[in-house]
Formats: sequence, structure tokens, C-alpha cells
Amino acid sequence: MAINWFKYSAPTTFYGLAGKMVPWFAATAAVLLAAGLYLGFFVAPVDAQQGEFYRIIFIHVPTSILSMFLYLVMAGYAALGLIFNTRLSAMMATAVAPTGALFAFISLWTGALWGKPMWGAWWVWDARLTSELILLFLYLGFIALHASIDDPRRADKAAALLAIVGSVNVPIIYFSVKWWNTLHQGSTFKFSGTSMHIVMQQALLLMLLACWAYAFAVVLSRVRSIILERERHTTWIAELPEVRQ
Amino acid sequence: MKKSTLLDLLLLVIRRDLVLAMRRRADVLTTLIFFVMVVSLFPLGVGPEMDMLRKMAPGVLWVAALLSSMLSLGRLFSADYLDGTLEQMMLAPHSLSMLVLGKMVAHWAVSGLPLVLMAPVLGLQFDMSAQALGVLIVGLLLGTPILSMIGAIGAALTLGLRGGGVLLSLLVLPLCIPVLIFGAGAVDAVTSGLSVVSHLSLLGALMMVALVFTPWVTAQALRISME
Repeated sequence: MAINWFKYSAPTTFYGLAGKMVPWFAATAAVLLAAGLYLGFFVAPVDAQQGEFYRIIFIHVPTSILSMFLYLVMAGYAALGLIFNTRLSAMMATAVAPTGALFAFISLWTGALWGKPMWGAWWVWDARLTSELILLFLYLGFIALHASIDDPRRADKAAALLAIVGSVNVPIIYFSVKWWNTLHQGSTFKFSGTSMHIVMQQALLLMLLACWAYAFAVVLSRVRSIILERERHTTWIAELPEVRQ
Repeated sequence: MKKSTLLDLLLLVIRRDLVLAMRRRADVLTTLIFFVMVVSLFPLGVGPEMDMLRKMAPGVLWVAALLSSMLSLGRLFSADYLDGTLEQMMLAPHSLSMLVLGKMVAHWAVSGLPLVLMAPVLGLQFDMSAQALGVLIVGLLLGTPILSMIGAIGAALTLGLRGGGVLLSLLVLPLCIPVLIFGAGAVDAVTSGLSVVSHLSLLGALMMVALVFTPWVTAQALRISME
């Protein structure tokens, strides 16, 4: 059976598909979030060195991972949109950006809350903190550029180019800041010989999946709004039951 | 008729932009005065202790250079855009990337080079040693072209937008951070007796990468903005 991979690359068909997926992802996110927070805050044992303070890791690490990954997702969609000139890819890139910026902000915020008891300072000019801050700036630049161009086609393309240039620059920025100064503790997830308790790992994994599901739900519902806004003059939008009411 | 080579084209664009810049000398001077002013504000803000100023000098000079190069970026394409020259350039049967490279070189010669020449004088105000000044100049010589080249991408993307100037800085400044780190890091290294080769090599490498990619990316950005 031949599968038409491009069927859902048209906003017309994707709008309905996204609408069906949003409640599922939202429910999954809620369940996983409740389970992850319960495990992390009540079941996981107290850390030997950091006491109760370490528990913020269950919010900090998943949001940091997603903030970085979502930038790549955004740049990937932006590149697809530039290369194949598909409308939906550019809309997806636009929809991902605010969620990525939000995760970057939460990551910085929780990092500051964690830094105060651990390092004795809300903010230190450490490599990871600094590159996370720059990542937030890159997100804000993308959103600002897109918002200040009135013609949506030009806005899509210009912001896409910026996202691609940014994604080339992200590793350069990361390593330059890393050589500049390093204080942050090493990576928490290790594939071999991890130093974490098993419950902590499970809680972290649950929280990571919860953030994933949340990102899916929010991005998909945002892209639905963008589709409605951009295609408002078309007949298929006018025939939608929720629009006709 | 002799067929013009890419080099001829490059030289032509550079000469044209330099002539235009020389006819509007005030623009060049304002950038330079802004640079001097920002650098001179720092001692007034943080106090006149020489030890601290000496320590701060490379960072202050680099940040000021970064900000002043942002100031002149808006003019890189806007005049040509407004009078229609840019459209003609894009229609010309020549490589747009090469034309853009010519404009970048001219922009650097007008707004980057004066900063490099002015920096040692300002460095003396901060009591920098001769050795540190030498490294600062080499670093700025390698780094300011990168600022012009990366900035050109932002200038092309924000062409003709309202509030383009502030937006331009918002887009370009984060991308320029590696240049700032290695440039100021080289001076810090020499004052603490370490080798500066690694910092300067990295700056040189960044310049080569920028030289290869930014003209093409800027040309694409111009095509998007001019559609």
C-alpha cells in the first residue's frame, strides 16, 4: 500500500489532524506531569549533598533539554519551508518559537532558584547559563523579526533564514562560552554508570515526557490558530463547523 | 568590450561605496565619536581606579566596538534600497554574493577600520600596556570584519522595516558573542602571561568561515527582502 506522506503537509488536512491530536497530547501531558511531580517531590529520596534543593532538577533539566531541542525543530521546519516552499512548515516554525522561548525562560528561572542555595548566587556567568540566555535571545530575535514584517510570506522566509543562521551559530556560541568559563555541574543523564537513584531517573524521564506532550499539544493548537488566521479568506475555512457558528 | 571579472566587479563596488561614504563624511564620524564616547563613559560610571580600569579595558573596548558597528549597519543597504540601486544590482548579470562582499568590505573600511585605529588611543586612557594594545589591535583587525559580515545578514533581513535599527541589534548581537569572547579573551590572555595564539587563531577561523558563508546568506536575505 502506498502511503501518501504529503497528505498532511497541506494546512487543509493538517488542521483536522492537529485538532484530533491536541486533546490526547494535553491529557497525556497532564497525567505525566502529575505522576512526575509526585514521584519527584514526594517519593524520590533526599540527595546526599544537595538536600531537598536538588528537587528543582525535575523541572530544570526537562525544560533545558526541550528548549535546546525545540530550537533545532524550529530551524528544521524553517529549512523545510525555505527549501520546499511549503506553507505548513513555516507555520510550524512560527508555532514552535514561543514554546521554545518559554522553556528557555523556565530553564533560566529554575536555574537561578537552584543556583542560590547551591552556589550562593542567583546568577553566575557560567557557560551553560550564558548559552541558555543567548538561546533565549535567539528565540526572541526570531519572534521579533517575524512580528515586525507585515507580509507573512516574507516574514516566514526572513525568520527562517535567521533560524538557520542561528542554528549554525549555536554550537560556536556554546563552545566559545564553554572555553570562556565553566562552573556548571556535568551532565545529569549519563548513558553508562549513572550516578542517580533509580526513582530520580524515573521521575526525570516522566517529567521529560510530560514536557514533550505539553509542547506537542501547545504547538499543534497554536498552529491551528495560525492556519485559521492565514487562510481565513479560503472557502474551506468558511465551511468549518466551528467557524460557521 | 572587455568582459569584467569577479575581481573587477568587487573593486568597482568597493570603490563606489567608498566614494559615496566620503561624500557623507559625517556618517563615518558619528560612528567613531559614538565609539569614543561609550568608552569614555565607563570610567565615569565605575570610578577612576586604574587597576580596575586596566582589567576592564579589553572588554569595554570590544563591547563599544560591537555597539558602534551596529550603529552603522542600518546604512549598509538602506540608501541603495531607497533609490532603487539595489534592485538594479540584483538584476545585473553578476554574482550578487560578490556585490554583497564588496559592500561588506567597504562598510568595514568605513566603520570598522577607524575603530581599530582609534582603539589604541583609547586603550592608553585605560593604562593598557604596549603588548596588550598590540594584541587588541590584531584582535580588532580580525574581529571587526566578522561584525560587518554577520551584521550584513541582519541588515539585509530588516531592510525597509519600521524600527529596523533596534531589531537589527536584537538579531545580530547574540550572533556576535563568540567574536567578543575571543577578542577580549586574547587581550586578557596576554596580560596574564598566557599564549594568545589560540584566541587569535579562532578569530581568524571565524573570519574565514564568515567570509565563505555570509556573502551568500546575505544575498539570499536580500532576495527575500526584495521580493
